[in-house]
Amino acid sequence: MDLNFAIDYVIIPFIKIGVVFAALSGVIAYLTLLERKVIAFMQVRLGPMRVGPHGLLQPIADGLKLMLKEDIVPERADRWIFTLAPIMTLIPAFIVFAVIPFGPTVNIFGRKVGLYITDINIGALYVMAISSIGILGIILGGWASNSKYPLLGALRSAAQMVSYEVALGFSIMGVFILSGTLSLVGIVEAQRDSHYWYVFLQPLGFILFFICGVAETNRAPFDLPEAESELVAGFHTEYSGFRFSLFFLAEYAAMIVISSMAVTLFWGGWLPPFPNVPALAFLGFIPGIFWFAAKVAVFLYFYLWFRASWPRYRYDQLMKVGWQVLMPLAIANLIVTAILVLVLGGGAK
Amino acid sequence: MSTNEALKETLFDASELTVSMGPQHPSTHGVLQVKLKLDGERVIDAECVIGYLHRGVEKLGEHQTYGQFVPTLDRMDYIAAVSNCLGYCETIEKLLGITAPPRAQYIRVLMTELNRITSHLLWLGTHALDIGAMTVFLYAFREREEILKIFENYCGARLTTHMFRIGGTQYELYEGFHDQVRTSIKDFPKKVDEYETLLTQNRIWIGRTRGVGAISAKAAIDIGLTGPALRGSGVNWDLRKAKPYAVYSDFEFDIPTGSTGDTYDRYMVRMEEMRQSARIVSQAVEKIPDGPLMAKLSKIIKPPVGDIYHSIESPKGELGYYIVSDNSTMAYRARVRPPSFVNLQALKQMVKGHMVADVVAVIGTLDIVLGEIDR
Repeated sequence: MDLNFAIDYVIIPFIKIGVVFAALSGVIAYLTLLERKVIAFMQVRLGPMRVGPHGLLQPIADGLKLMLKEDIVPERADRWIFTLAPIMTLIPAFIVFAVIPFGPTVNIFGRKVGLYITDINIGALYVMAISSIGILGIILGGWASNSKYPLLGALRSAAQMVSYEVALGFSIMGVFILSGTLSLVGIVEAQRDSHYWYVFLQPLGFILFFICGVAETNRAPFDLPEAESELVAGFHTEYSGFRFSLFFLAEYAAMIVISSMAVTLFWGGWLPPFPNVPALAFLGFIPGIFWFAAKVAVFLYFYLWFRASWPRYRYDQLMKVGWQVLMPLAIANLIVTAILVLVLGGGAK
Repeated sequence: MSTNEALKETLFDASELTVSMGPQHPSTHGVLQVKLKLDGERVIDAECVIGYLHRGVEKLGEHQTYGQFVPTLDRMDYIAAVSNCLGYCETIEKLLGITAPPRAQYIRVLMTELNRITSHLLWLGTHALDIGAMTVFLYAFREREEILKIFENYCGARLTTHMFRIGGTQYELYEGFHDQVRTSIKDFPKKVDEYETLLTQNRIWIGRTRGVGAISAKAAIDIGLTGPALRGSGVNWDLRKAKPYAVYSDFEFDIPTGSTGDTYDRYMVRMEEMRQSARIVSQAVEKIPDGPLMAKLSKIIKPPVGDIYHSIESPKGELGYYIVSDNSTMAYRARVRPPSFVNLQALKQMVKGHMVADVVAVIGTLDIVLGEIDR
């Protein structure tokens, strides 16, 4: 009895955390390579080619380089906060993955193991809450640098993330009305039971969510806080070496979080496509984690595609888009969804 | 504690924030320093500090013979070295009272127009990059490379070419020159269309350029703007048409103009200019006559006593040379009227009241080269 308890509540969670952490670090490392390669191919060039075949070892070389760099803290910086800021950004970016469902519950050695670290009944809320903490790190980083460009960058990101977070929250509300739960596992299961991925019921909600998500993660075309052509490097101008790489890791982790959330909330999580078409039933035998990864990869690709294609918004335009376009649309989407669910039935009982 | 107090003083006790943009800044196109006074993100005042790249080119002109001075001039506007060379060679020829033979004249026009395309391509790439569209940059460089290859085959250099000599050109065209020019110029207008698909109709691009850095035709003339910066405001003034030099009067081409004088109009003007340059090149390559490359000229150039001002339309605007000769082998005074230097004066007026992000857009749209401003 005690042994079972230990296995269920200590050993298995630790193994899961270890696996997720290791896998995530690897994915982030190779996401940087993928970004350089994908954008390079879009720009008629080859990208990294020197380290390993087709530059496959480049992330390792990059990581080593960043760790070996001199660790500079500017003389007039607030040393404590300066050190704390990157950690404050990185930790939330990683612990969000505690509730992301990578796959369904599976049998491993006769034991039911869910392919997620934990399933809490306010999972979606947890993701929203934790991922906002990362902003604090960015603001503090820009503040503690005691330098002008980082301060401007930090102010921009504060304004940007706060305003887009609101629209982001409203845009996923419709999903909760339909599923009747905030548990991410529950939402995927609700999509399985209703035979519709919520993107078909909430197309506007999905588009708004993804736009806000891109803005939330400071990626092009909303990459104002670190706009290199205006603010040199924005909030991390004064950061170098390993501290800089922590910000970098956090940004990529955030990209994966937003992609995972988009997949979980709107695109059926680990569910295979076309479950209703008998001829394609064989798709169901492919493990759910593969479908999850494939869908996330698609959204990550969109991130890179955006970056290669679009110019950058200006600060005031960004605010205008956020408050005057996305926000009213998100609220309208919520109201319409609520009314339709009330009139037509369906949704949460 | 003292850190915090200093922080308070610099940031909060003053209502405005002074930011030094440059000389080490990714978007100031070289070593331009702009001292910005900011109210939040809004620019209250901007002051340009130049001179970080000063090499005393004009003074060097008084200590180098007329022929020796030409390669030095290539280092002014290094993006459009061929234009610098053409302007200077024509000035001295005018002072000597000679003209280059037709074959040399046609080669000069052809090369200068190719150079105008490379200059505009570099402008397009960096301008778009400043505004955040990074892919255009590499597309533009792809085509620029093709033209630089022609330069390299012709004279061995890609950037600081020293392509012409006083009295004509030194090098004969290489074998296969015509075909290489034809193939590289044939698809070029389509490539310009390709850049336009990424930018012209893009909502973000329009939002970032429409109404930004607008300057009226009158204000533009008052400041002395020339080149695309002036034509963007709707003034049809291009020295190739207004005061034809070389053999430009033999070619058919249009002068595109804008209307509102904002960044978007200047962008459209330059895009069209690239197409028009390609048009001139495709006419010139078919028309190059046979004949000598150099005019009859003594080995030692000693122009008669006198002074002369001659200007050409460089990719940036009016590039003028004022040379005073005292009948020696070196100029008594060599003065350059660089277009970038004059155009940069508009920066302050253009960015006032706009956002920080617009400053880089305006610097980009003025198409400045610091090598030419500081000389």
